Amino acid sequence: MRAADPAGRGAAHPGAANTGATPGAASPSATPGAASPGAASPGAASPGAASPSAHPRAAGPVHPPAADRKVVLEAAEIRRALTRIAHEILERTDGAAGVVLLGIPTRGVPLAARLSERIEQVEGQAVPHGSLDVTMYRDDLRLRPARALGHTDVPATGIDGAEVVLVDDVLYSGRTVRAALDALNDLGRPRAVQLAVLIDRGHRELPIRADYVGKNLPTSTQEVVRVLLSEVDGEDAVILGRAAPAPPAGPASAGAGQ
Amino acid sequence: MIRHLISAADLTRDDALLILDTADELARVSDRPIKKLPTLRGRTVVNLFFEDSTRTRISFEAAAKRLSADVINFSAKGSSVAKGESLKDTALTLEAMGADAVVIRHSASGAPARLAGWVHGTVVNAGDGAHEHPTQALLDAFTIRRKFGRAAGPGPGRGGSVPGGTLDGLRVTIVGDVLHSRVARSNVELLHTLGAEVTLVAPPTLLPLAVGAWPATVSYDLDAALPKTDVVMMLRVQQERMNAAYFPSVREYSRRYGLDAARMAQLPEQAIVMHPGPMNRGVEIAAEVADSARSTIVEQVANGVSVRMAVLYLLLGGAEAQS
Repeated sequence: MRAADPAGRGAAHPGAANTGATPGAASPSATPGAASPGAASPGAASPGAASPSAHPRAAGPVHPPAADRKVVLEAAEIRRALTRIAHEILERTDGAAGVVLLGIPTRGVPLAARLSERIEQVEGQAVPHGSLDVTMYRDDLRLRPARALGHTDVPATGIDGAEVVLVDDVLYSGRTVRAALDALNDLGRPRAVQLAVLIDRGHRELPIRADYVGKNLPTSTQEVVRVLLSEVDGEDAVILGRAAPAPPAGPASAGAGQ
Repeated sequence: MIRHLISAADLTRDDALLILDTADELARVSDRPIKKLPTLRGRTVVNLFFEDSTRTRISFEAAAKRLSADVINFSAKGSSVAKGESLKDTALTLEAMGADAVVIRHSASGAPARLAGWVHGTVVNAGDGAHEHPTQALLDAFTIRRKFGRAAGPGPGRGGSVPGGTLDGLRVTIVGDVLHSRVARSNVELLHTLGAEVTLVAPPTLLPLAVGAWPATVSYDLDAALPKTDVVMMLRVQQERMNAAYFPSVREYSRRYGLDAARMAQLPEQAIVMHPGPMNRGVEIAAEVADSARSTIVEQVANGVSVRMAVLYLLLGGAEAQS
């Protein structure tokens, strides 16, 4: 299923590009995107190069009807938010010594890697980062068919005594973070746990709060927030859409708005 | 996903790969300080064993417990079955006690399929007669994939292991008592689904009549097959199921179809030797082969727990299948 996904996206590119974008911006993303599944690099390049107002819609593989999607964060804004969070982590943790960044799949993982990279740029020292799959700890497992597991990859240094920063794309009900705290508990005993999210959209159902927030985005529960990252989706953007009449079935899209 | 696991033939390629991928992730749980996941808390798994078994029963029990399910072990000896209770009545009793899943081993082929029609829970076949043993095939495929798995599509050649790879084009030779072996049948079905080329090597008397319909080639000559194989899987000579003379003597069988050190030397360099266990050392496999570095026999047992965790999670972990 995952292998088929980028291919389908690649096929969607040229048609979508024809509908609206200026030819200069559309052509570089259209040909390589269709040619190979490795659409990440051309897709990542195009939003930065294009003028921000018109084009992200052209690369919209996930929600084809353009009227239903509104870009709330451009690639450059995501970049700035992550840089700010990286600085905040450095400040709050005295230079990030003993910090381990753990991303929650799917999109928390590349975010953790980007944060680690930025901290290294500023401080000159690498911060270990990894991924923490929380599927087996979720409280809504029985509400849907069993889903595929994500990848758990804890840095070799382990998390005992470390200052763990959980990284996720969207903070919504807080239930994913609760599951992550349980999962951490089975892996070791961190000295402290913090939470970094790109988007906080409110509507918490549990007493959980983020320590680092890229953007607070007041939403209604009828809306869907999707974070697109070049590593996974071929472009960087945060999109606000209306909830689809039927909930999306694919496992890749299932976790995104939660 | 399917609701019951009765036969390896029921699994599509996507299902099988999903189970193997899930098992890959769950295998890491064994390396953690706390080898437990809360996923099946409050669910009950009944191990219903009408036939002797050590590794399969213990493996299922360990898998269910690592997922926090409650496990009830039932063996025919010392139960009401010894007093003449039928399979159906036993099953309904278990159902009344709230079993969410029944793991059944039975000497009669088809018993799990019958059971699936009687109970509401999930039924997992842990070996029925000479029919199927799907979780054994899954753990064998898992073991092979860990050694040889390669990326889908055109990629690097033989030898390298790719996590999440496929078995496309891999040559697997299954040797021995195919006639009585549920392991062989399940393995042929599953390995074929996953894209491997399976060769069966056995004396003509130990091949089932309908073997021509299986997705595998048949040979009677082990020495000819060995140099062209990546995986050789030795089957146990099932003395307890043999009520007739299938071969002249154990010694002759061993000479022609047993794997000893000299035969193992004919295998390509990276080839591995598998055995589902329990072994008859000195009959189908020599002790020095079983204990050699190429043998994956102990690994297979360890992988069994991960694969059975994956099966239980995927069948039981989600919403209950309606209708």
